[in-house]
Amino acid sequence: MDSASIIEWLRPDWFFDLTVVSDEYNRGRYLAGLWMTVQLSVISIFLSLIVGAVGAAAQGAPSRTLRVLVGFFVAFFRNTPPLVQLYFFYFAIGTVLQITGDDGRPEPLVSNFGWAIISLSLFAGALNVEIFRAGIEAVPKSTVEAAEALGYKRLQIYKDIVLPLAVRISLPALGTNLVNLVKTTTLAYAIAVPELLYVAAQIWSEDLNVQEMMNVLLLSYVGIVAILVWVLHHWEKRLRIPGYGR
Amino acid sequence: MQYLKKQPAPVNGHLPVLLPMRSTGEPLPLTDRIFNLWTASLLFVACAAALVTPALAQQDGESQRSILEILLEWTPTIGSGFAFNVLISICSMAVGTVLGVGLGILQVSPLRIVRQVSWTITQFFRNSPWLVLLFYCILLIPFQIEIFGAEVPFPGWIKAVLGLSLPVMAYMSEYVRGAIMSIPVGQWESAESLGFNRAQTMREIILPQTVKRILPSWMNLYAVLTMATPLVSIVGVNDVMALTRAALSAEGRVDLLIPMYLYILCWFFIYCYPISAFTRRLERKFSVQL
Amino acid sequence: MDVRKGEVVCIIGPSGSGKSTLIRCINALNDIQSGSITVEGQEVSDPKLDKLELRKKVGMVFQQYNLFPHKTALQNVMMAPIKVLKQDRKAVEERARALLKKVRLEGKEDNYPGELSGGQQQRVAIARSLAMNPDVMLFDEVTAALDPETVKEVLQTIKTLASEGMTCILVTHEMGFAREIADCVYFTDRGVIVESGPPATFFDEAKDPRTREFLSQIL
Repeated sequence: MDSASIIEWLRPDWFFDLTVVSDEYNRGRYLAGLWMTVQLSVISIFLSLIVGAVGAAAQGAPSRTLRVLVGFFVAFFRNTPPLVQLYFFYFAIGTVLQITGDDGRPEPLVSNFGWAIISLSLFAGALNVEIFRAGIEAVPKSTVEAAEALGYKRLQIYKDIVLPLAVRISLPALGTNLVNLVKTTTLAYAIAVPELLYVAAQIWSEDLNVQEMMNVLLLSYVGIVAILVWVLHHWEKRLRIPGYGR
Repeated sequence: MQYLKKQPAPVNGHLPVLLPMRSTGEPLPLTDRIFNLWTASLLFVACAAALVTPALAQQDGESQRSILEILLEWTPTIGSGFAFNVLISICSMAVGTVLGVGLGILQVSPLRIVRQVSWTITQFFRNSPWLVLLFYCILLIPFQIEIFGAEVPFPGWIKAVLGLSLPVMAYMSEYVRGAIMSIPVGQWESAESLGFNRAQTMREIILPQTVKRILPSWMNLYAVLTMATPLVSIVGVNDVMALTRAALSAEGRVDLLIPMYLYILCWFFIYCYPISAFTRRLERKFSVQL
Repeated sequence: MDVRKGEVVCIIGPSGSGKSTLIRCINALNDIQSGSITVEGQEVSDPKLDKLELRKKVGMVFQQYNLFPHKTALQNVMMAPIKVLKQDRKAVEERARALLKKVRLEGKEDNYPGELSGGQQQRVAIARSLAMNPDVMLFDEVTAALDPETVKEVLQTIKTLASEGMTCILVTHEMGFAREIADCVYFTDRGVIVESGPPATFFDEAKDPRTREFLSQIL
């Protein structure tokens, strides 16, 4: 690339001459894709937090079988590619799980959007289990012993001492994982969920404005992630204990 | 460590508060002790058998081949596809690591403008989806470029390697920056008072000390990268995922879907699990020393 | 403040009074805001200062040792002469072994800093500075992080150095040691040198009320 083409590449027209801005049809598609990505992100974040909390609680359960099962779940979802997981759910299990629709033809029980949510939640949830458990384990034993010495009951210690500290310890790792989850929602493209990447690809294949759409796409994701980071940052700040930690 | 090994004495009034969190006092987390490579492989053989057996029974009397036979038949193809994924992951890791270390060093540059620019680049690539970066490289890098008058072809998989190395670079950059910042300022000062210049201090004193701190994250990043390699199938590179889907459509059998996908998951699991298990072991080892 | 060749100077004073800042300015680790320091005819506050030349002349030992944890004791001592002064490895190694022997650490050459006690680490740090053949040595509260019993071995090393004619500037809280070893004692408070003099007069006939108050609290 010589300097002229770099300047050409950096020229600001795409900012003004964009079909997603100028063309109403494309704008509608883009906004629908954006909304789909936001939905995917928010629902998956919510479900993955539940998966993480339940899993971490189960890993502390007295039942050995339960702990082993959660261990298997976490290890499996953390060490296999999320894309293959998604394919497995959508193409393999989704094909098997079919019901006969009103018109007598087989219909999938769960939509591609549904499978994307399930797959993403389980993938991110598996890591959340680890994060929450690490947070609980990182609470200093001496703090717990001090509470013990003051006569706190086990549940009280868990609720009033361990959990509040564990949440604060987990937050940075949790934030990283949730940002990753938002980035991973792009995989839904592969099973034709009309999210941001999917609609962008549609637009650029029709309008042949790959470069412009790519820039819009990257900026959109950086924007979404920035909002999430901002929210997490404020949450962390609100929970901060003066003088505690670094 | 000594403190961790100590069992709480059964004194009067001792409340077993943290009974649920049993793994704290144990030398290895539960998952590692009961869930090692061997049990994992066994589990998957069992899984595969459980899935394949009913299919076998079902297929009895028909002339169709059994699921197991089909899987075995496709294994060489899948193996070569997987090897290609490993090749892509190694190349991306190499490119990403070299770029990332450089970018990370720039992030602690004494020049404010250099710091800001490298920080922005790092954050941008760290927060962009891998798949979008992959599309970016695949669609916007030309098929061939001219270097010194010679036409150098740029095949899809090389572009994919570049696309995957961008996020690797950004993560590496953050790890390097974090590790450099974690070296006590006294190391810089004593090197300075011995007459080392900045480059020498970085090369001889600071960077060697960061290796240990970065290693676990680096290995973890490699595992994550390997698990991202099937993404290249979406942008048209013939990796293991693309071959698998081709195999599935060639066979055209619905009962093959679940076993086949599970089989691919196993390939990745058996490759990635040891890496992440070793990473955790390293993390524990180093965290005790610090 | 004036330090002649071969002189041993101690700087004392309450914490936060600027002792360490003063000593770190001599080595250009801290920037000089006003005033000037001249080392062997070299102006430290000069913006065109060749820091390398300055640091060849001035050795420094820190409170927290600051040894390089990834190098053995011997490598710690050898590193700067080889990498910075580009001296011949063989000659440097010979000298480094001799220096470690001088600080009474024979047999510890191949140990890593993490395997040594605080006092041993601090003596390696002294040897590391000496390997640069400095004209003057700066000691910044070198015994403050040590156990009481290991303080003595480090002080003994410094004493040997001083008796061999090395110019030393020490920031210290060891009043007894300062009294015994120093040719001149300086007292700093709130960023200025309040009073100075030879130890005998300084400790027994301090004039300034701030000095007297400090000494009465500490002695």
